[in-house]
Amino acid sequence: MKQEFTLSIYSENHVGLLNQITTIFTRRHINIESLTTSESAIPGIHKFTIVAFTSRDAMNKLIGQIEKRIDVIKAFVFTADEIIHQEVALYKVKTESLLNSNEIERLVRQYGARILEVTSEYTVIEKTGHKEETQELFDKLDNFGVQQFVRSGRIAVTKLNKELLSNYLRKLESEKSLLD
Amino acid sequence: METKTQPLTEEASPMKKQRMSGSEAVMQSLLHEGANLVFGYPGGAIMPIYDALYQYQDKINHVLVRHEQGAVHAAQGFARVTGKVGLCMVTSGPGATNAVTGIADAMVDSTPMVVISGQVASPLLGTDAFQETDVVGITQPITKWNYQVKRAEEIPEAIAKAFYIARTGRPGPVLIDITKDAQFGMFDYEYKKVDKVRSYKPSSPVKKDKVAEAAQLINLSKKPLALVGQGVVLGGAEEELKVFLEKAGIPAAWTLLGLSAFPSDHELNVGMLGMHGNYGPNVKTNDSDLIIAIGMRFDDRVTGNVQKYAKNAKVVHLEIDPAEINKIIYADVPVVGDVKEALPMLTEMVAETDHKEWLQEFRACDKIEDQKIINEELHPTKAGMTMGEVVRRVTEVYNDDAIMVTDVGQHQMMASRYFKFKNTRSVVTSGGLGTMGFGLPAALGAQLGQPERPVCCFVGDGGFQMTIQELGTIFQTKAPVKIILLNNNFLGMVRQWQEMFFDRRYASTELVNPDFQMIAKGYGIAGELVDSRDNLDDAVKRMADHDGPFLLEVTVEKEGNVFPMVPTGASVAEVRLE
Repeated sequence: MKQEFTLSIYSENHVGLLNQITTIFTRRHINIESLTTSESAIPGIHKFTIVAFTSRDAMNKLIGQIEKRIDVIKAFVFTADEIIHQEVALYKVKTESLLNSNEIERLVRQYGARILEVTSEYTVIEKTGHKEETQELFDKLDNFGVQQFVRSGRIAVTKLNKELLSNYLRKLESEKSLLD
Repeated sequence: METKTQPLTEEASPMKKQRMSGSEAVMQSLLHEGANLVFGYPGGAIMPIYDALYQYQDKINHVLVRHEQGAVHAAQGFARVTGKVGLCMVTSGPGATNAVTGIADAMVDSTPMVVISGQVASPLLGTDAFQETDVVGITQPITKWNYQVKRAEEIPEAIAKAFYIARTGRPGPVLIDITKDAQFGMFDYEYKKVDKVRSYKPSSPVKKDKVAEAAQLINLSKKPLALVGQGVVLGGAEEELKVFLEKAGIPAAWTLLGLSAFPSDHELNVGMLGMHGNYGPNVKTNDSDLIIAIGMRFDDRVTGNVQKYAKNAKVVHLEIDPAEINKIIYADVPVVGDVKEALPMLTEMVAETDHKEWLQEFRACDKIEDQKIINEELHPTKAGMTMGEVVRRVTEVYNDDAIMVTDVGQHQMMASRYFKFKNTRSVVTSGGLGTMGFGLPAALGAQLGQPERPVCCFVGDGGFQMTIQELGTIFQTKAPVKIILLNNNFLGMVRQWQEMFFDRRYASTELVNPDFQMIAKGYGIAGELVDSRDNLDDAVKRMADHDGPFLLEVTVEKEGNVFPMVPTGASVAEVRLE
């Protein structure tokens, strides 16, 4: 049975790492629904957050292949109930549409969105939330004509108290001290 | 990255930094890693390294191959028989792309290897410069690790890391791409041996509770079957395996790459697994109540149809690579870690027993296989010579203690079925990738790795011609490789499939071949053509007695087939004897 998974992958910050990770998805023909990448809380360590739909079995195999890459430090996989996640969306509408009725302002309030910038030509609205929420706002706003719309990939934190990677790195350090 | 300094030679002690070029640093770094044999082919983007090599000729032996694919296969052959890291050097662009097949082969067969490729100068990267290819991008999915060096200062660490990653854990090929400006660049050389990489865990310590669970299953089992793979050889655990099997009295079957880890004539050896393996281990897989997989990965050529595989058995899987656990076959008890560590722990916990009746079931299968297949293959009643009888003559003349190298195809299966082994690391064959053209260069590498041991290279007339140019390298190095060409003027394995599954429609499988004896002669290699059984024995003896390389060409039956056979999609229990 296919379900949604969110992967948190930590790696060295080397050239070509994204390619190393995505080819593993490609090879198993698993589509990447969303992907966000940036430096993690630990300097020098990069974090990828990837969303994919697949079976648990296929996901386990995928994670095994990803962790096998030398430059990947650790990969964690979560289902939706194990994480708090968010995406950000930007909507560009004509300022004229905003002024012509109260409806856009009402939608901004109702959806907890905010207006980032207003010029005489256009207005940029920002909303953070889950994909369904940002999509719903898009559908509503589009009645007034959305000139541009963009949504980011997912970012997520776990519901666990502990920080998985720092624990893992600490464990690596302790193993090292045993060897020394 | 944490590194430990471990100076190996006095003159290059890290206490005394030496100013040198990146190219010379390559030489120094290789010497630090104990590499003194490199297979390669020069070209524009690697010329500075070759220039440095000129001054190190007394310390590093360079073998000039005739094609880069040959360099990689030779390095593989060297690595497989010595357990050391194979080494090759190629230039950028076509040099590197020619190496790709061998790198992919080494990846799937877990062969430790370092490939150093030249690259255009760093300001030219990405400009479609002459002989520029994105070799790091191309080889990314087929290397264990790869890295592009753009500054001379990076060379010592990159090479140290390459060797460390190639040989540790589950071994594999590593490619280091060095730009031409990095080869020329001057810096203060200092070597630091790498024995740790933060993001890389070569193997995990074996978990005692898992070993205990495995031992419990073994002690309860009435019909255990051990499946032994190359992990045993790579881990150097041949002795540990023998002790374990003998104590627990477990029949053991072999994957293609696990051959020779255990003597052929050992009473617990029940033969080869898989598509063209022996009847017993295939058919008994589904009778077994416990599969003990040791350093093997359940390749589809071993399992046949996985839905119908080992249905009555629990599975214990001893494996260093966690990604292999549950990849193909679910493991009831995974024992992750080096088999050299796990096997003695297991031996301690298993009860001393034998499974005489169970073993007898395998022997009964052997009798069936003898009657239906082996007797006729080894002692044919027909006039045409069989591949099996030739293989058996060759192994006998070397007292079952030669190194067997094969190419890919029918002869490979016949050699694996009928060659016999007394010692480990005696098999060099392309398993996972099935690379035609592998045999000849791999045999050269094996011979240079083990100069004292006879190397018998079985090739077919198809694969032989894929890398036949390496006869030139054999000629130049005088490596005394014995080449046994089993010539049926067909791409035999494909023809067999056409016969069995494509209604004998022999599309493009018949070869019109050159005079191989004349070709050998051109390369100054002695040879003999045998086309009648009466001459076979003496010719094989003359080959063995000949001091130097030899091409023994045997005309074998044109349409011989390899049996038993587990057809694609069939269960191993449905192994066909005819």
